[in-house]
Amino acid sequence: MNLTLHVWRQPDGRTAGRFETYEARDVSPAMSFLELLDVVNEGLIARREEPIAFDHDCREGICGACGMVINGRPHGPRRATTACQLHLRQFTDGDELWIEPWRARAFPVVKDLIVNRSAFDRLIQAGGFVSVNTGGAPEANTIPVPKPAAERAMDAAECIGCGACVAACPNASAMLYVAAKVAHLALLPQGQPERARRVVSMVDAMDAEGFGACTNHAECTAACPKEIAIDFIAQLNRDYAHGLLHRLSGGV
Amino acid sequence: MELRALVPEGPIERKWERRRFEVKLVNPANKRRYHVIVVGSGLAGASAAATLAELGYRVSCFCYQDSPRRAHSIAAQGGINAAKNYQNDGDSVWRLFYDTVKGGDFRAREANVYRLAEVSANIIDQCVAQGVPFAREYGGTLANRSFGGAQVSRTFYARGQTGQQLLLGAYQALERQVALGRVAMYPRAEMLDLVVVDGKARGIVVRDLVTGAVSSHAGDAVVLATGGYANVYYLSTNAKGCNVTATWRAYKRGAAFANPCFTQIHPTCVPPAGEYQSKLTLMSESLRNDGRIWLPRRQGDHRPPQDIPDAERDYYLERFYPSFGNLAPRDIASRRAKEMCDQGLGVGPGGQGVYLDFRDAILRLGRDVVAERYGNLFEMYERITGENPYDTPMRIYPAPHYTMGGLWVDYNLMSTLDGLFVIGEANFADHGANRLGASALMQGLADGYFILPYTIGNYLAQTKPAEVPAEHTAFRSVQAEVAARSTTLLGVTGTRSVDSLHRELGTLLWDRCGMARTGAGLRAAIDGVRALRERFWKDVYVGGRGEDLNQALEKAGRVADFMEFAELMCEDALHREESCGGHFREEYQTAEGEARRDDARFAYVAAWEYTGASERPRLHKEPLAFEHVPLAQRSYK
Amino acid sequence: MRSLIGQKMLMAVSGALLLGYLVLHMIGNLKVFQGPAHFNAYAEGLRVLGAPLLGRGQALWIVRIILLAAVGVHIWSAIAVTRASWRARPAGYQRLELVETTYAARTMRWGAAIIVLYVIYHLLDFTFGRVNPGFVPGDVYRNVVASFRIFPVALAYVIANVFVGLHVYHGVWSGAQTLGLNRAPSDRWRRRGAAVFALLLTAGYLLVPLAVITGRLR
Repeated sequence: MNLTLHVWRQPDGRTAGRFETYEARDVSPAMSFLELLDVVNEGLIARREEPIAFDHDCREGICGACGMVINGRPHGPRRATTACQLHLRQFTDGDELWIEPWRARAFPVVKDLIVNRSAFDRLIQAGGFVSVNTGGAPEANTIPVPKPAAERAMDAAECIGCGACVAACPNASAMLYVAAKVAHLALLPQGQPERARRVVSMVDAMDAEGFGACTNHAECTAACPKEIAIDFIAQLNRDYAHGLLHRLSGGV
Repeated sequence: MELRALVPEGPIERKWERRRFEVKLVNPANKRRYHVIVVGSGLAGASAAATLAELGYRVSCFCYQDSPRRAHSIAAQGGINAAKNYQNDGDSVWRLFYDTVKGGDFRAREANVYRLAEVSANIIDQCVAQGVPFAREYGGTLANRSFGGAQVSRTFYARGQTGQQLLLGAYQALERQVALGRVAMYPRAEMLDLVVVDGKARGIVVRDLVTGAVSSHAGDAVVLATGGYANVYYLSTNAKGCNVTATWRAYKRGAAFANPCFTQIHPTCVPPAGEYQSKLTLMSESLRNDGRIWLPRRQGDHRPPQDIPDAERDYYLERFYPSFGNLAPRDIASRRAKEMCDQGLGVGPGGQGVYLDFRDAILRLGRDVVAERYGNLFEMYERITGENPYDTPMRIYPAPHYTMGGLWVDYNLMSTLDGLFVIGEANFADHGANRLGASALMQGLADGYFILPYTIGNYLAQTKPAEVPAEHTAFRSVQAEVAARSTTLLGVTGTRSVDSLHRELGTLLWDRCGMARTGAGLRAAIDGVRALRERFWKDVYVGGRGEDLNQALEKAGRVADFMEFAELMCEDALHREESCGGHFREEYQTAEGEARRDDARFAYVAAWEYTGASERPRLHKEPLAFEHVPLAQRSYK
Repeated sequence: MRSLIGQKMLMAVSGALLLGYLVLHMIGNLKVFQGPAHFNAYAEGLRVLGAPLLGRGQALWIVRIILLAAVGVHIWSAIAVTRASWRARPAGYQRLELVETTYAARTMRWGAAIIVLYVIYHLLDFTFGRVNPGFVPGDVYRNVVASFRIFPVALAYVIANVFVGLHVYHGVWSGAQTLGLNRAPSDRWRRRGAAVFALLLTAGYLLVPLAVITGRLR
């Protein structure tokens, strides 16, 4: 099949970018989307042009490195699928594809399709952990965890940190990401001692990074490769309210 | 070079306890004066960096990914073993130890493996306390499953994403230390060389992958947690960025490389679809519990698989191994698949694939039960291939997956270079010639959380802090070498892309030094690798600049090292004239086609010493004694 | 409360107050169908609410002050949140396809602007009588019928109320989400519940101008 690609090219964060058009001829529908970019890059290298820079690593949908907006949809048109697991059979011969980086103030463009997502790491630094030093853990079965709680915590913990939620959000909000982490730890007994402090601190950090506000469009869930539910956002809000009350009452 | 394993005296159950008492301690007030460099942020690296910082050391941690959370440990699916005996099915530290030594085909150091089994239980405690959402029973206790043919249920898991959850636990612990200012995290930074001064590792030279700036980092000890080298085959289940550079550079600076020929091939991967294939995806081995593996009896039978009657199908694993059938161990299932495909019987693109058929399982169990057990995997398969496994058999093919070889380390996890510690998949460690399922995660975390933090103190206690600063001339000269290398790579004005040359190397190794190896094939491979390496430095075109984000340059550096490493790997495979674990030499097999180990000649760890660019590496042997697990031959007939 | 979530909570709480008012207002409106005497008496009743503790019109003013404050908080937080969101994406997409959101959610901002403009007109029409044809203070029934007889006025009312309905539909669900009232896993019925509620409210409001236009009320 043949595809026309309009790819965002930007040499670095300081220089303005623009779309360049590339033709991909005779590519196989069995190719993954990143393999399509590989093939385009091989062609660019052969012509002594600079290949398209894009983040990728595991190419099996779990590391969260890859991510680009394909025809207006983060990770492309297929639900619950990262760009690396997207295959060209999702498209039809002759399609025109617009490929852009995640766009958010908190995710500045580094080069071409690569953005800097270190804001996500800083959100975890703000409190997305349980403060337990190595060696200080009680026997694992000492604290029972109800199966439904463990399952729901896992639903939240599945987040791969790719940033598609921010990319998809009309407000560039990171609520789903923060909600997933807060909920994961809040649903488990191990997360309780720091629960109030964690949520307030992470929410403050989220604002400080310059993410937008959630207005409940639910685009994040639709774009999320792990389909993390927006119920977790409600839980985040609830926890945040509790956290504030806790702080007002002198608890934090 | 002398290999001193430094295994403590005394009965095996007391060795680790004894060592923990023997080690010298660093005064708590002094710890922050010591600076430890950790390279890699996977299970081993992140857990080590976090724990060292908790202890009070100053830590710098480097990873090539944009976030430490993306290290390839994240992709491990199955689970993590621990001798908890929660299922009351007779598991114990001793049994886990026994299974691991035997599963490794008697090529691991007994004392290390025993310690691994010993600390395995602590890992689970630690991870649960961090909030890792392991699977639970209704009563709230932890659930287990049996994995990889183990006789007991000792595997802990978090759906099909155990590696992800364990890594996130370690990553969170790491980020906590970053927030406390005790760990300086350097993402998008690649270690390109090790700096050794007077026989001691003193720091590293790294390239900032965004700006291209090359800089020196001095430390009182260097910890390599840089994973395995399965990407030497180009196509593997490893992440695209996984590479041998850190360990290879350390080798060239004086650390011995042990058993590089021990590689593990996983039998159930999605086969390559074409020339452009960039990596292979592993699917859980559990598929073989209900799927039947077969190929058409007739070569060139292009009928759709559903139309091929049973009489014209060859269920070859069931034929070869009537009792184990489709559940034959990884290495055997993989080797047989490749043999059949090499005979021209393979199916799918390029004839690289065998059928894994669920027709009978669906008839026997019903579609719903099959969907419940394998629904997620079927979905993943469908996403990649566009074929629906309920209607048409899956196609699978083996793929390189894990490498048991790595830098040689003593009982304290220190390499032959003082101050250079190696943990996780990067060391040659505890799996011998073959790794059991759910043991990689266990080893990575055991090293990082519970072993290295003790043993590194012993070294540091005998070292003066900040003896060699980054301004030392040694750093300057290594930094210049690194820069020169980049310049050279950028200066080659060939026509071939890095990937195309890497692919060529991969094919060569897959054919000659993959699942089945022969003396003649390996000798040819060594010549082939040398020739290819020469062509690489003539024909490659990298493009772009060094002072920029340049992914082609990153790849070029890694592939250049693979080109050198591949020769050592073949050399090791050639010298090991026996078949054991993942290393199968066709000349050394029983009449039934099974691996024939040669304990009289090869019950040792082969540690290779670098002696110069044009010199043959020097072989050192660490003899292995099996005092607790009696040597025995595997049999799966 | 300086956080975006805090601001959204203020928006949700003030929205809830305004919503309560909307419901009561709608129920009051429907009394118009009981005829001029009843309807005018109802309006007069509101003025003397709280007597004898409160003087004439005092209760009404208390309510007005609360409403005004709620409107102020609602708009202030909306502006703050909107500005934060605009700042959060300085460079937009060539193409961003929205797949999950609703028309209601997307029209929260400029729909609200239409509502504000309309409310101003609405107050000038029925409270201050400035734009009402032949305004008679106290004869609420007459004022309503006179105003809605003018087709463009009725139409504007209908349009504004459709936006109110949309605003309420997303607002009810979204506000519950913001206040953390939504719990897994019953999102579907909550959305439907919000839709039914918004529909009933809007229908209640639209009955009056439609009745006037069709001549049922004269």
